[in-house]
Amino acid sequence: MTPGTDTAPPIRVPGSGVIARLACGVVQPLLSRTVRRIAARHPQLFARLGPHQRTDFLIDPVDLPFALHLRPDPAALIFRAVPRDAAPRAGAVIRGRFLLLLELMDSEEDGDAAFFSRDLEVSGDTEAVVRLRNALDDVDGSIAEEAAAMFGVPGRAVLARLRRAYSHDYERKTA
Amino acid sequence: MAVITMTKLTLGPIACHWSAETRRDFYARIADEAPVDEVYLGEVICSKRAPFHEPDLPQTIARLERAGKRVIVSTLAEVMLRRERKATADLAAMDAPEIEINNAAGLYARGSRPHRIGPFMNAYNEATIAWMAGQGATHICLPAELPGEAIAIAAAAARDLGLGVEVQVFGRASLAVSARCYHARAHGRTKDNCQFVCESDPDGMPLRTRDDAPILRVNGIQTQSESYVDLLPETPRLVADGVTHLRLMPQVVDMVAVAEVFRDLLEGRLSSVTEGDARLAALCEGTEFSNGFYHGTAGYRRIARAATA
Amino acid sequence: MSLAELICPAGTPAALRTAVDAGADAVYCGFQDATNARNFPGLNFTPDELAEAVAYAHARATKVLLALNTYPPAGKVDLWRHAADTGARLGVDAFIVADMGVADYIARTHPQMRLHLSVQAAASSPEAIRYYCESFGVKRVVLPRILTIPEIRQIRGEIPCEIETFIFGNHGLMVEGRCSLTNYLTGQSTNMDGVCSPAEQVDYARHADGSMSSRLAGFTIDCFGPEEKAGYPTICKGRYTAPHRPEGYYAFEEPVSLNLSRLLPELIEAGVHAFKIEGRQRSKSYVRGVVRAFRQAVDDIRAGREANIADLVALTEGQKQTQGAFETKKWR
Repeated sequence: MTPGTDTAPPIRVPGSGVIARLACGVVQPLLSRTVRRIAARHPQLFARLGPHQRTDFLIDPVDLPFALHLRPDPAALIFRAVPRDAAPRAGAVIRGRFLLLLELMDSEEDGDAAFFSRDLEVSGDTEAVVRLRNALDDVDGSIAEEAAAMFGVPGRAVLARLRRAYSHDYERKTA
Repeated sequence: MAVITMTKLTLGPIACHWSAETRRDFYARIADEAPVDEVYLGEVICSKRAPFHEPDLPQTIARLERAGKRVIVSTLAEVMLRRERKATADLAAMDAPEIEINNAAGLYARGSRPHRIGPFMNAYNEATIAWMAGQGATHICLPAELPGEAIAIAAAAARDLGLGVEVQVFGRASLAVSARCYHARAHGRTKDNCQFVCESDPDGMPLRTRDDAPILRVNGIQTQSESYVDLLPETPRLVADGVTHLRLMPQVVDMVAVAEVFRDLLEGRLSSVTEGDARLAALCEGTEFSNGFYHGTAGYRRIARAATA
Repeated sequence: MSLAELICPAGTPAALRTAVDAGADAVYCGFQDATNARNFPGLNFTPDELAEAVAYAHARATKVLLALNTYPPAGKVDLWRHAADTGARLGVDAFIVADMGVADYIARTHPQMRLHLSVQAAASSPEAIRYYCESFGVKRVVLPRILTIPEIRQIRGEIPCEIETFIFGNHGLMVEGRCSLTNYLTGQSTNMDGVCSPAEQVDYARHADGSMSSRLAGFTIDCFGPEEKAGYPTICKGRYTAPHRPEGYYAFEEPVSLNLSRLLPELIEAGVHAFKIEGRQRSKSYVRGVVRAFRQAVDDIRAGREANIADLVALTEGQKQTQGAFETKKWR
């Protein structure tokens, strides 16, 4: 299927309009800094991506007001927040709740299991998604912790709060 | 077209569950009319079926040999149960006719005495073929999925070792075997109480995708291709590459007429491969042909390529 | 009593370290090419990564088994020979092989190396297993997942080598090493390329009613209702129609996971030497959870304690699980 032709999943915040654009503006500097640092620390990640270093991934946390555009090209790395109505045409789309995506990134959650239970949706180039998953899985420790640690104590506190907030949210919605 | 009389046409073992009577009639006609040189007999797929037609085996062998055919008996592809182990050992103990082995249990029982290697033995490459030749193999049937360029290399290696080399050129490809009987499963039964429901599908039970595309055929524990492999256009190339035997798998079509098409090609009686293919298509109406495995692409595909010979 | 070694999957160096730390007795892995049966995108080891992995594992008394368990097509055997040479040089503890030519090469060129017979060789009778033992000096056979426990016990008494059985993970339906289903639809071979349902030819189509089709090379392998658990489009786990099954049914098997945790004591008693956990393509989180749980269970059983089976069962919670052929031959 081509991205953009699919219907919206049930739980989702708007992700367009003024609020989304403001939110993107706020998080963008943090995202750029984070991804460059992570990339510098884990160069082996790119080898596992193979030809998909130049694939555009749209990572869509359905409960956040924006989506994320990732292009894991070591020569021209892109990781940016985008309003959903201004998202680029992506080679692969990964969609799920924010906390699940966070856990998948850290291999706390098993991607296959999440996919089979329909909590995770994948469309577009399946090989690109599999490569990204395997590349992230080969990183020891927690990427989220690493990113949070870049921002010191406040960063860790924010991550802890995010995890609590979104896990409550999740439990409420699936109860 | 050139005459290629050294190449042998063979008829592979019947894969599906044909009744004893159907088999008797079939082989009588093959003996009298089919221009094939060699015929493989025996049950390869399901050991439960063997008792139905094994009693006829000696007569069938005699009948075919009287007609000038060489007869080879094939062993089971899957050997697990006591009766399967015994069946394999019993065949391996025979001095005549020749035996085609389809499971390593048969290799063990046969030791260094001469034997043929069947298509289930995974003789994919020259190293394996050399090993097998050293253990008494005289003839190798290559796996159905081996692409043409590998066939050429394997055939050259086998001929250097003095072995016959066989490739399936007609009929459904065997794609998988299992311990589970999918015919029984489809009818809510298990393998042990199957009541031989597979007999009602002499050309396999068709499976279609849920958007109605034909895809596979079920034959008991075996899964076959929906399409018939047809390597008639590739046959001159196969022969040039050193393949000595061309295998036709028995399907529910006029197999005598199918054999005649291939025989006509080998003896230069076809004006063109296209003419032969048209005759095959008329004989197998309603069934797609494929040659994807040979061309190193998806097996179900039909690659249109002019014969190179 | 058998040693009941735990043999664990490692798709990446990080997964290998995870398995070692979680208590694996041995890990199995492969190179980034067709020489092993999990030749999936982004998975497996470069020779340098394998060298580091062997050092990490050996420092913690864990063995490393290298899977060379595919079938080289004619003309490409050198790739497998070089892989074996590299593995021997890097000091792996055993090779897992299926092809007779590859086994013969290793037996002659690296006679000191231990050979395990892969499940891809489909040796399911004492005679077949003895053939590989006597021909190539095979020390252990990985049994196909098609045998009942009494059958395993019987085989154990008739063969001169150790037995390894799968206890957990993806439940292959077809006799391994004899399956060309993927090649029939995609042009990539499980036996020759190490590929099964390649991701590059997989796509998911979501429909307006919330249902989803999973397709392989354009063929619809299954279609899931909005509330139904999904599966990867593996041909042997697809739903099809047959003349008398027009509604569509799992013609081969439902998408289930093998879980033999309840049968561990019986398997040990039957003389199984090693338990294999499937899943080189799965994540570290899977490896961590499954290896830890089975480590605890095996240790408990060996110490004569009651194993906490509930934890193992929970590993596939929400997913369907089966004991497959191991429990009853009615499975067939």
